[in-house]
Amino acid sequence: MSTSTDDAFTAGATSRETTEGRVYTVTGGDFGEGLAGGDPIEGERIVLNMGPQHPSTHGVLRLVLELEGETVIQTRLVIGYLHTGIEKNVEYRNWTQGTTFVTRMDYLAPLFHEAAYCMATEKLLGITVPDRATMLRVLTMEICRVSSHWVWFATGGMELGALTAMTNGFRAREWCLDVLELITGLRMNHAYIRPGGVAQDLPPGAMEELRSWLDKTRREIDDMERLLTGLPIWQARLKDVGHLDVPGCVALGVTGPLLRAAGLPWDLRKVEPYCGYETYDFEVPTADTGDSWARYLVRVAEVRESLKIVAQVLDRLEPGPIMVTDRKIAWPAQLALGPDGLGNSLDHVKKIMGQSMESLIHHFKLVTEGFRVPPGQVYVPVESPRGELGYHVVSDGGTRPFRVHAREPSFVNLQAVPALTEGGLIADVVTSVASVDPLMGGVDR
Amino acid sequence: MTEPNSGPDSTGALPDQRRPAPAEAAPGVVERGSFGAHGSGDTSGFGGLVRRPWAAPSAQRPYGQPFDDVADALEAVYPAFGDAVTKVVVDRGELTFHVQPDHLVELCRTLRDDPALRFELLSSVSGVDYLGTPDRLHSVYHLTSMTYRRRIRLEVSTSVEDPRIPSVTGVYPTADWQEREAYDMFGIVYDGHPALTRILMPDDWEGHPQRKDYPLGGVPVEYKGATIPPPDERRSYS
Repeated sequence: MSTSTDDAFTAGATSRETTEGRVYTVTGGDFGEGLAGGDPIEGERIVLNMGPQHPSTHGVLRLVLELEGETVIQTRLVIGYLHTGIEKNVEYRNWTQGTTFVTRMDYLAPLFHEAAYCMATEKLLGITVPDRATMLRVLTMEICRVSSHWVWFATGGMELGALTAMTNGFRAREWCLDVLELITGLRMNHAYIRPGGVAQDLPPGAMEELRSWLDKTRREIDDMERLLTGLPIWQARLKDVGHLDVPGCVALGVTGPLLRAAGLPWDLRKVEPYCGYETYDFEVPTADTGDSWARYLVRVAEVRESLKIVAQVLDRLEPGPIMVTDRKIAWPAQLALGPDGLGNSLDHVKKIMGQSMESLIHHFKLVTEGFRVPPGQVYVPVESPRGELGYHVVSDGGTRPFRVHAREPSFVNLQAVPALTEGGLIADVVTSVASVDPLMGGVDR
Repeated sequence: MTEPNSGPDSTGALPDQRRPAPAEAAPGVVERGSFGAHGSGDTSGFGGLVRRPWAAPSAQRPYGQPFDDVADALEAVYPAFGDAVTKVVVDRGELTFHVQPDHLVELCRTLRDDPALRFELLSSVSGVDYLGTPDRLHSVYHLTSMTYRRRIRLEVSTSVEDPRIPSVTGVYPTADWQEREAYDMFGIVYDGHPALTRILMPDDWEGHPQRKDYPLGGVPVEYKGATIPPPDERRSYS
């Protein structure tokens, strides 16, 4: 003899009279309906805005997610929050000054931008840089790749809750920045690679520092792998999440660790060698599952391969010029560390101020006006930590670039995020975005 | 810098020996003198310099390997090659096909699918604004053949008045964002693009910032009594 009640508090509950008073039977609400087949939230879609200042979006990336329960139905990305017009700005600076702008695009891998931009300029000029300068480029680029991957372990780990990965990763990255500071003078935004060579030679004691950095980093990457690879939570969060196969990668233009994790050993250092990479002994790590886990494994292996290359460069480095000998392109002064920090060598200053007025004029013209680059256009790709970084550079014959376009791997790879996340759970969106390793400075430029 | 020099050396000035006068419309503008000096101000001797616009010369067969293989294979499978490709340029070891817009999509499909070509990856799409030429907006495509490890470049040009170029997103999905960027920055309208909206600039932005007639902007900065003009108003050497 149960009856329904109209009271809001007991709505849907049945009740019956007993000798103890009225007893209500509260059941699971509309669960019964759901179990019977009619899902009450079916078709109820929520549009969730993630970002642009969400800590798990790797920077100012905004994700507009259409959700059904916890399932992502549709992902749309909104970018542009970090657009600074670098490509346009470079058109108003001379060719050498351009280096200081492009280095600010991808602030985790600045040396790759410098290298690609300078190689494009050199291709337009038709010059080849000295061996030592090329080796120093390889050396700094590989340190930079290690540094960039450390940040990926750190931020990727943090986004998935592995805070030790973050602290250890950033500590190891700081070691990379220390050696880069020793070599280039700056922790980031180095402007070290210049058209024609590099800005300065290795300082005294750099070889010893680099060797001790190599030892430390080798141990640290082993530790990082011991920390993460066997961790059940880390595996559970990464495995089978954000799957993208080789045809998907190629159609979407995705290169770098994502493509290699899908199984295609496409590394421009091997397939289109530049900077003498064909002479170094290293492997192209691949995996075949194409998920976030594979990307993690590929990045760990890439750090080891980069360390191998750095060790080979250190063994091979021989004294020599670090800039082309053409005085119409090379800046006339060797930088030297003075009492006031970095500066021109005192001998050079003495010469131009006291002895040779022509040298002074030449110095002034080269630094303020710059050199002219024969007209034409080139496209120069390099393998950055995130994939194919290409520079499409057009010259009209003037002292400034006519057009500089960076084909930024972060920008292109980010297009894959809908393919990685749609149909998955919202918790895996964070993993998928992290596994792409987008760098918003490079995306928005 | 762009206006003709009214000084005594504006007539009979020697052309820059490095550059032949182009027979066709070419990027760049005629520039005279140096430092932007007009009239009698320039005593350096550079006032007599004339820099002409420059266009890459059309290449003749043989293009050199592997470009001959690419051109042979393309001519064999794409009968309208003569109509589609208006100019071939080989410069600094890179091959450029200047393509008629009508043929772009079909040409890309052929380049992607033909077993002798197999340009699977569209590496880059970028715009270039050659101010002062008839079809000044160029859309430049860099194609990569992962099978044969070759790269070629396609270049399509259009005018500012009717800046329409067919979209290649149907052939190369990766062109999606890159075409949106070229639209955003240069105002090139890619017909057939699924959602051609601004991508880097705000949606309500007016103008296309990377066009050459769009100013860089900036404010003058005062430092110790001297005023330094914004970068695009400073003395220019080129």
